Amino acid sequence: MYVAVKGGKEAITNAHKLLAEKRRGDPRVPELGISQIKEQLGLSVDRVMTEGSLYDSELAAIAIKQAQGDLVEAIFLVRAYRTTLSRFGFSIPIETTRMQIQRRISSSFKDIPGGQILGPTYDYTHRLIDFTLRVPENVNSEICRAESAEKAIQNNMTRVADLLANEGLLDNEATYGNNGPVADLTRDPLELPAGRDVRLQNLARGDEGFILSLAYSLQRGFGASGHPFLGEIRYGKVTVEFVPEELGFPIEIGEIPITECIMFNRFMGSSDTPPQFIKGYGLTFGHCERKAMAMSIVDYALSSRELGEKNEYPAQDEEFVLFHSDNVQAAGFVEHLKLPHYVDFQADLVLMRNRLAEFKNDGRKNRGIEDEQAI
Amino acid sequence: MQFNENGYTKRQRQQWMGILAGSLTKNLENSWQKMPEKPEYKHLHKPETGSIMVRGRAGGSGNSFNFGEVTATRCTIQIKNGHVGSAYVLGLDHRHAELAAIFDALLQDPLHHCEISNSVVSRLKDSYDKHKEEIAKKTAATKVDFFTMVRGE
Repeated sequence: MYVAVKGGKEAITNAHKLLAEKRRGDPRVPELGISQIKEQLGLSVDRVMTEGSLYDSELAAIAIKQAQGDLVEAIFLVRAYRTTLSRFGFSIPIETTRMQIQRRISSSFKDIPGGQILGPTYDYTHRLIDFTLRVPENVNSEICRAESAEKAIQNNMTRVADLLANEGLLDNEATYGNNGPVADLTRDPLELPAGRDVRLQNLARGDEGFILSLAYSLQRGFGASGHPFLGEIRYGKVTVEFVPEELGFPIEIGEIPITECIMFNRFMGSSDTPPQFIKGYGLTFGHCERKAMAMSIVDYALSSRELGEKNEYPAQDEEFVLFHSDNVQAAGFVEHLKLPHYVDFQADLVLMRNRLAEFKNDGRKNRGIEDEQAI
Repeated sequence: MQFNENGYTKRQRQQWMGILAGSLTKNLENSWQKMPEKPEYKHLHKPETGSIMVRGRAGGSGNSFNFGEVTATRCTIQIKNGHVGSAYVLGLDHRHAELAAIFDALLQDPLHHCEISNSVVSRLKDSYDKHKEEIAKKTAATKVDFFTMVRGE
């Protein structure tokens, strides 16, 4: 229970002024521009867009600036803004095979049609602090200019998973022409058991840290029956197509960068399902590779019910995972403890005082000093 | 191919609407400012920002799911001779949607179609293609070129 507490108005106003000053930092240091955040802190922006569940790099950058770089706070700001927008409708599902590829690798097959394309990656970097970045002038345009090949990369790359599907070794996820209603967590509360549509939407907007740790727990033996293999990860731009009601035909409204991950998981078969690899799926806005990979591992773990497997570990428990993945909800509930709980605590305090008194009384009884006044 | 009474196909309109939506506002603004005689127009729907829920497919090819939203801005205008232009563009930029809607209307008008198609749309497409080509070449430079070490003989 919370009670209305008055009297903090001026303190709150002043605290917010102090926050504004703190956010700005030393005024002798130039203020950060939104375009600087968008261009130079792009991976922060991508995470805020993914978990904020709203693609808009301008908004995400403003939120990061406003939150002093606290990404969970920035995600909260983006989610709050999202609720003010009217929904024009739903896109046609994005076609990731038509992606303009900027990175695409497979760790399951060396030779894949289209090749292994590293793109802009931190893989193979030495993780040594680069002190040349300390002085902005050192990063001149010559040093950070990318190489260009003679021939442009081919786009429309086929999926690596198709190599397995042709052998009958992969779960068949071909479209069943499903035009049934697609669940939407922004409109309807989460209900269990959750369909794959609910699970993927939930994981896509879920907290990277939480989902990463769950995936790690699976890999360490808390649930995964075999080693997951990275079928493919791809990053690049896809076109968003939308059918405006008044036009009645699809139009392209722009392109968005996304990361897609397909993980192969060994399934040894059951009485009615043949042995095969089952795909786990990860999808994020922008370049959030770690998140996409973790998501694909957890997506598969949560299919244990559908596959008739035992569900023994936290990462396989959809109630545990799906109800705790959202960092806006989680932060709200944990941080609400900062609100005045004076009355609740008073109740607890009275209870505890009584308990302690009883305990002391019981102790005296046990020690045979029941009647103090007799002494 | 089915041409309508104004001499363009639905496919052509879809293409130019896609190019206008994918262009930078400053490039659209430049083209607009360069027009010697700016046609009169009125708003049927003023620019309005909302969201579109983007859908993905489970496993890339399976059933649909709601992936996350994008901000989008739409606008509908009418030019003096009656043609109605529409635009839906990503982001919050009202001017982008407005200019894209104006050019959409002009492109439907046989009086303006050729001029706008040649001077505006093809230029926007060229600059878009050039940008795309640059990225594709830089990406190509990061393609792994496997070679096998020959051991012994």
